[in-house]
Amino acid sequence: MRHIISLLMENEAGALSRVAGLFSARGYNIESLTVAPTEDATLSRMTIVTRGSDEIIEQITKQLNKLVDTVRVVDLSDGGHIERELMLVKVRAEGILREEMKRMSDIFRGRIIDVTDKTYTIEMTGAGHKLDAFLGALDKSAILETVRTGASGIGRGDRILKS
Amino acid sequence: MELTGAEITVRCLAEENVEYVFGYPGGAVLNIYDEIYKQDKFKHVLVRHEQAAVHAADGYARATGRTGVALVTSGPGATNAVTGIATAYMDSIPMVVISGQVPTPAIGMDAFQEVDTVGITRPCVKHNFLVKDIRDLASTIKKAFYIASTGRPGPVLVDIPKDVTQFRAEFEYPRNISLRSYNPVTKGHSGQIKRAVQMLLSAKRPMIYAGGGVILSDAAKQLTELARLLGFPCTNTLMGLGGFPASDPLSVGMLGMHGTYEANMAVHHSDVLIAIGARFDDRVIGNPEHFYQEERQIIHIDIDPSSISKRVRVDVPIVGNVPEVLTEMIKLIKASKEKPDQAALKTWLTQIELWRSRDCLKYDRSSDIIKPQFVLEKLHEVTKGDAFVTSDVGQHQMWAAQFYKFDKPRRWINSGGLGTMGFGLPAAMGVQLAHPDAMVACVTGEGSIQMNIQELATCKQFNIPLKIILLNNRYLGMVRQWQEFFYGERYAESYMDTLPDFVKLAEAYGHAGRRIDNPAEVEDALKWAFSAEMKEKLVFLDFRTDQTENVYPMIPGGKGLSEMILV
Repeated sequence: MRHIISLLMENEAGALSRVAGLFSARGYNIESLTVAPTEDATLSRMTIVTRGSDEIIEQITKQLNKLVDTVRVVDLSDGGHIERELMLVKVRAEGILREEMKRMSDIFRGRIIDVTDKTYTIEMTGAGHKLDAFLGALDKSAILETVRTGASGIGRGDRILKS
Repeated sequence: MELTGAEITVRCLAEENVEYVFGYPGGAVLNIYDEIYKQDKFKHVLVRHEQAAVHAADGYARATGRTGVALVTSGPGATNAVTGIATAYMDSIPMVVISGQVPTPAIGMDAFQEVDTVGITRPCVKHNFLVKDIRDLASTIKKAFYIASTGRPGPVLVDIPKDVTQFRAEFEYPRNISLRSYNPVTKGHSGQIKRAVQMLLSAKRPMIYAGGGVILSDAAKQLTELARLLGFPCTNTLMGLGGFPASDPLSVGMLGMHGTYEANMAVHHSDVLIAIGARFDDRVIGNPEHFYQEERQIIHIDIDPSSISKRVRVDVPIVGNVPEVLTEMIKLIKASKEKPDQAALKTWLTQIELWRSRDCLKYDRSSDIIKPQFVLEKLHEVTKGDAFVTSDVGQHQMWAAQFYKFDKPRRWINSGGLGTMGFGLPAAMGVQLAHPDAMVACVTGEGSIQMNIQELATCKQFNIPLKIILLNNRYLGMVRQWQEFFYGERYAESYMDTLPDFVKLAEAYGHAGRRIDNPAEVEDALKWAFSAEMKEKLVFLDFRTDQTENVYPMIPGGKGLSEMILV
């Protein structure tokens, strides 16, 4: 099953490699991982998307908790949560495609953030499946480049992850 | 007053009441060594290879419960230390390793003797630090000792660049430290403990399975009280030997791949199994699928939540410090009106005695070739079961575990998790320095001893009078055994050709030695080694043992607890 795990870590050198190393050493998979400092610069917030049986996910959260730099770990999939991912897509925008791309971007609530006479760069946020759907809706040959951040997640309502 | 980084490092070690630092100098740690030269708070033991420094610190830690300290230089000093660090990590040994690093401006420049030490050691330390700012040095060393010795213990490495050892800063050693990201639990959940006690009191075929956590947390007393209070049989893992007295009638010996028939059968057929500071690893329960074939309820006490339900699902997990949890349990049992079903318990103990009567550790006592088991029985006899025994890895390790009956904790010192050949001799040095008046025996094989044989020089320099019990069968015995059982007797590279004359070798290093070829000479040789006359001397005994002897019982890899090969 797909799980989205949030963790707060001390913003120390090597924190990311401790997490990445843990996943590779124990054979867990990472679908995506995002990391950046929080409003408190001494803390980093990470969102990891992974897959595994309940036993594996339990081990993953325990092993993450065991890292000395880990302040908190939460499996967001255990309750209500919101996740968003940012994607930048550079597409061909010539001839009939120019109108078509603008329309598709609008339908998916994307924003065109860079324009040349041959290309558009579209910014889009949403859950991963929405970004997948957008890419699926485009003519493959029109896509020049995509870059995705991986999911960031946050609990709904009163579910707050703080140190 | 401002001190240099090197002065601060040495002062921190003194503040931690470090007794011995095991190390080897080199360019990046010269400033630290210069300060060591000027002080007399702790002693430095110069090893002959950095791996041995870490094993010696490890042996010291295992024999005392205190944090071992090793000091190595950058680059090859650090990489040589890695095997020792990984060994300590696998067995959860409290240790602080200080490594030198190239000066901060040179980091990343492929400088001379530069290696990414924190990167290389990251997967095999509890935690590590690179100190880039002199102002963080003292607090980092404080954190290192705190992390190493609390919770589930483990090695912590502090990498210090050479320029940091030269810079100056105000020195103040923090009295206390608290880390928001690191708060190990100690007290077990009281509801879970109640459930566990009820489960124990209703057991018909109970079994206590105690591991290295009992030794590490100094819970032998509580474990023994619990087992005797309930009258429940107890088995110990390789790491847990001595946690419960082997001479107690309730002891069924070691379990696992080379455990006793009675221990493995009893665990397999138990209806309530309480695992205490143990982790159901592959060498202990074998194949988990086979383990599940019998139904039983499992209670698991461990300080590390990630050890629980890792290989085997458990019914009552209790995260906590073993002695505290056991004390709580004992209190509840004493207060309870319920008592275990005595009739059922009697039937169960009778069954266990039946298994015991299979005499799974028997061997040919009439042989005119020295049997390794015989040497260990004699070692136990001559030392009155009161020696500290270290071992290397292989057949001799298993025989030592089976035949030296450990009644006390911290007496049996071996590399259980990583299985590091070359561990025994340097570990024994640490043990002997910690307990100068104790009998210390290093049980080894001719393969293992050659992996750190250079430490005989360290023993000479520091007058470490340990006794080497070499079970020399001219084979990498455990490899040979597997090749005999599972590889059609094709003995690929397991014969140790051109062995040195170990007696002459010991003498060349300034020690005494004797070669023993006949069973009749075994006892005499051991008595000589442990005699008052040889008290101050390292004695190297080269026992020429049976080349074809195998370790029994044996659970083949991938098989289950009741699928032992028996002699």
